[in-house]
Order: sequence, then structure tokens, then C-alpha cells
Amino acid sequence: MITAERKPLEELIEYVRPYDRILLVGCNECVTVCAAGGRKEVGLLASALKMAFAKEGKTIDIKELTLERQCDPEYIEELVPHIEDVDAVMSMACGCGVQEIAKRFKNIPVFPAVNTKFMGASEQQGIWAERCQGCGDCLLGLTGGICPIARCSKHLMNGPCGGSTNGKCEISPDVDCVWQLIWDRLKALGMEDRYEEIIPAKDWRTAGGGGPRKIIREDLAE
Amino acid sequence: MKTESVLEKVLASGNLAVTSECGPPRGTNAEIIKAKGELLKGKVDAVNVTDNQTAMVRMSSFAANVFLKQAGLNPILQMVTRDRNRLAMQADILGAYAHGINTMLCLSGDHPSFGDHPMAANVHDIDSVQFIQMVKKMRDEGKFQGGADIDNPPKMFIGAAANPFADPFELRVARLAKKVAAGVDFIQTQCIYNLDKFEKWMEGVRARGLHEKCYILAGVTPMKSAGMARYMKNKVPGMDVPDEVVKRMAGVPKEKMADEGIDICVESIQRLKEVEGVAGFHIMAIEWEKKVPEIVERAGLLPRPTVS
Ligand code: SF4
Ligand code: SF4
Repeated sequence: MITAERKPLEELIEYVRPYDRILLVGCNECVTVCAAGGRKEVGLLASALKMAFAKEGKTIDIKELTLERQCDPEYIEELVPHIEDVDAVMSMACGCGVQEIAKRFKNIPVFPAVNTKFMGASEQQGIWAERCQGCGDCLLGLTGGICPIARCSKHLMNGPCGGSTNGKCEISPDVDCVWQLIWDRLKALGMEDRYEEIIPAKDWRTAGGGGPRKIIREDLAE
Repeated sequence: MKTESVLEKVLASGNLAVTSECGPPRGTNAEIIKAKGELLKGKVDAVNVTDNQTAMVRMSSFAANVFLKQAGLNPILQMVTRDRNRLAMQADILGAYAHGINTMLCLSGDHPSFGDHPMAANVHDIDSVQFIQMVKKMRDEGKFQGGADIDNPPKMFIGAAANPFADPFELRVARLAKKVAAGVDFIQTQCIYNLDKFEKWMEGVRARGLHEKCYILAGVTPMKSAGMARYMKNKVPGMDVPDEVVKRMAGVPKEKMADEGIDICVESIQRLKEVEGVAGFHIMAIEWEKKVPEIVERAGLLPRPTVS
């Protein structure tokens, strides 16, 4: 999933300060799962903003709404009946959702309520960790199903570097050395030979180096 | 001979080679690098110039290489993949070679979080193995990494690092094998304090014949104090300083510690000379270049051979 964390309240207060009527929009997908911008967080943020402004003697009207998905124009249409009555929109979705709203409603400012972080997985309750950088040319088939692009601090495709210590990365004892993980897994699979095949220099065009990326599926596109 | 590199010639002659290193200044004072060069002149075969070592900004390795070259030394261009993409790296290799610099060391570099610009973008367009492949392709095929022809290709003698002390130990010979397969000519190792472990690594290296496919220079660093020994033991990732080394340093009075450090360094070289497959020494006297001539002398590595 795409992970996100809510921005500090102070930053959000400054975004909405000039406005009286706000539409606060959550998303039912990834940000719900990582507890950053689902229905529950929409409710909590609405109360927090109201309280903060009440202290300053200002009343702010916040309409709460959570869409099934904000990265899909079909669901964005559901905002149409509400948009006339507000001065600004604050989105609790990832950056994709914020931009879909901005694209659809030309005359209304939209502000992000979360910092979109990374594509990751849940490690345990309340902990998410990066797993993929969407490089567009997946190497997992060569590296035992563990990603050296997203999880090695130096993107080493032929690691480990000389800083790997007791299974941990040189940057911190709290970070696993991904090349230790890859090696352990190749060993467990009896695929040690794979290690010595040099992975050649990557073509970063598929990773964004070629400009903004797009998928066009002729069979589906109209 | 693949190149005009003096280091290559010394190694090919069968002599034990000696290299050292200089950190360029954190500013624009060229006299600092020139003075370091003077200390090393005639005492070593070639001098590495570090590239933003420990991720701290310094004068570029390229510029400092030129000063050393002008002073009659044989500089080694260190380059890390952390700070430049492949265009910038190849551009600097062309420029360096045009200035007569023909020996280089291909590294990935310390992570930016160790330095004074932890907020910097971490480039790593290619890794150190792919870096070796790139420089070899420039030299042997006369082609840029992207495939186009190079007019008057740079003939670099290609070095890389190896750390026998990092984990997992069982991969350390295999990683060297990857660098050899990529085309590395010489290796400078991490500083060796745990000689037993180094010898064990070398056994693995010899078992695969890797010492016959590249020259291995054993890295040594003299300790200045017991504090430095403890720091290296506890704080530097991938460094293996056995307790007895720390104890030995701590066991002498403060004013004798530097001498003790030099003694340990010289004794290490003496023992490493006996290790089959060691082709020379890389003496990294960190901000202590003035001690290098003494170490080289006492280790019986003077005079340096003349090659042409
Ligand atoms: S190799 Fe690329 S696509 Fe595959 S997991 Fe890593 S970043 Fe994602
Ligand atoms: S220690 Fe491991 S994860 Fe960290 S940079 Fe080195 S190879 Fe990558």
C-alpha cells in the first residue's frame, strides 16, 4: 500500500486559516489501512481543527466526507454536490488523491493533510516499512524476492557494501542490511549461485528518469 | 600492460607496491594538499586522494589529483557513486585522464547520514561493481557506458575496495569475485587489525585464484591513541579492531601511544608480507601523513623501485 502520515496540526491550521468553510475529504483505501486519512482520521482532524480555531474565537465550518478512492475520477465526482458550499478542500488521501481533486475543481484550493511516504507493508501493529520504489523494472526475481532498490540505503544492486554489520545496515542498528536478508534467503532456497551474477547498471527511465510515467493499456483504453 | 600507471608497473614487476592516501582540504588552500604530497614523495608509488570522505565536502579529488600530479606524484583518483550520476562520473574520468591521471579507485562511498550534508540527495545511479564495468568498457572498448565511441579513450588502471571484516563474512570472497568478474585490476582493503581474520579471508581468495586475477594491497592505518582504537572498534561500521589491540594501545602511557600505534602498524605489515597473495600495502595515515615515510622505512619497503 501507499503509506502516509498526518501532517502536524500547526501546518494544517495555517493552510485553512483564510477560509470559513472547509470540505475535509478522506479516502477509504491505503490511508485508511495505515490509519492516516480514513473516515476515523477525518473525524479526529475535523474536531482538532474546530477546537484550535475555537480557542482563537473563530468558528470554522468543516464538512466531512470519505470517498471510496480519491485516485479515481469516478469517485471524485461524488464531491460535486458539496463543492459549491465550501471555500477550500483539505484532502487526507495520498498525493494522488489531492491532485485528482485539484484537477477536477479548477476554482477551489485544495491542501494536503498528510505526508505521503512510501510503498510499504505493515511489519507489526503501528509499524510500516518501505518495500518498493516502483522502479518499473522489477528485480525481485534476481534477488530472492527482496528489493535492493527500496531497501538498501545505497541502492546497491551487487551488495553488500563494506558497512554491513551483524545483519544491520551501516546507517543504523535499527535498519536491516537488505543484502544480508537477500543472502540468507538465497541460501535457504539453495540459490547461492545467483549471487555471483552481476546485475548490470539499471535503466532508470522506467523509474522516472524518463519523465513522468504512464501506463497505456490498448486493450482497456477507450 | 593495460595502462601507463606507475602502480601497475610496480605491481607487474613483482615488487610489493606501496600506496598511501591524502584527504584534500575543507577549503580552497592548495598548499595543504601540496604539503601532504611533499611528505609522501618518493616514499610511496601512488597516492589516493579521497572523494568527499565520510560524506563531508572537501576539495574535489580530481582537483587535488592535479596538484599532486604537477608536484610529480602519482595520484589515484578516488570516486564515489554517492555524489554523481554516470554522466558526471565519466566526464570527470575524461578530464582526469586528459590531465595525465591514469589510476582510479571505484567506490560506493559512505552514506550521507555520516557527514555534514545528511540532507543531500543520495545519487547511487550505479553501484561499485557496475562502476568497475563502466571504467573497463571506457578503457577496453573505447565506449561510454551509454554505448557511444570515445575519442582517445581513458586508459585507467582500475581499483576498488574490499572489506574482509564486514558481514556476512561468507560473502566477502564472493563479493571480491564479482569485482574481479567486473574487471577490477587492483584492490585496496579496509584497515586490517584482525590479522587472523584477514588471513582466513585470503585463504578463500587464494582458493578461488582471485589473487592471480587482481593485485591485493593490504590496508593498514596506524592508531594515534587508545581513544582512536576504541572509536574505530565501536563506532566505524565494518571495522574489526580486536580487544588485544585496544588493550595494547591503552597499556602504554599517553605520550607513548602514538609510537605504539606506529609499532603495531609496522609489525602488521611485516606479518602481512608473509601472506601469499598480498601484492602490496595501502597505508592510510588519517591526517597523519607525516608518519608514512617512517612506517615505509621501518617496514623495509624503501627504496621504492623505479619503473619506466
Ligand atoms: S525492484 Fe523495483 S519494482 Fe521491484 S520491488 Fe524493487 S523498486 Fe519495486
Ligand atoms: S549495509 Fe547493507 S543495506 Fe546498508 S548500504 Fe550497505 S549493503 Fe545496503
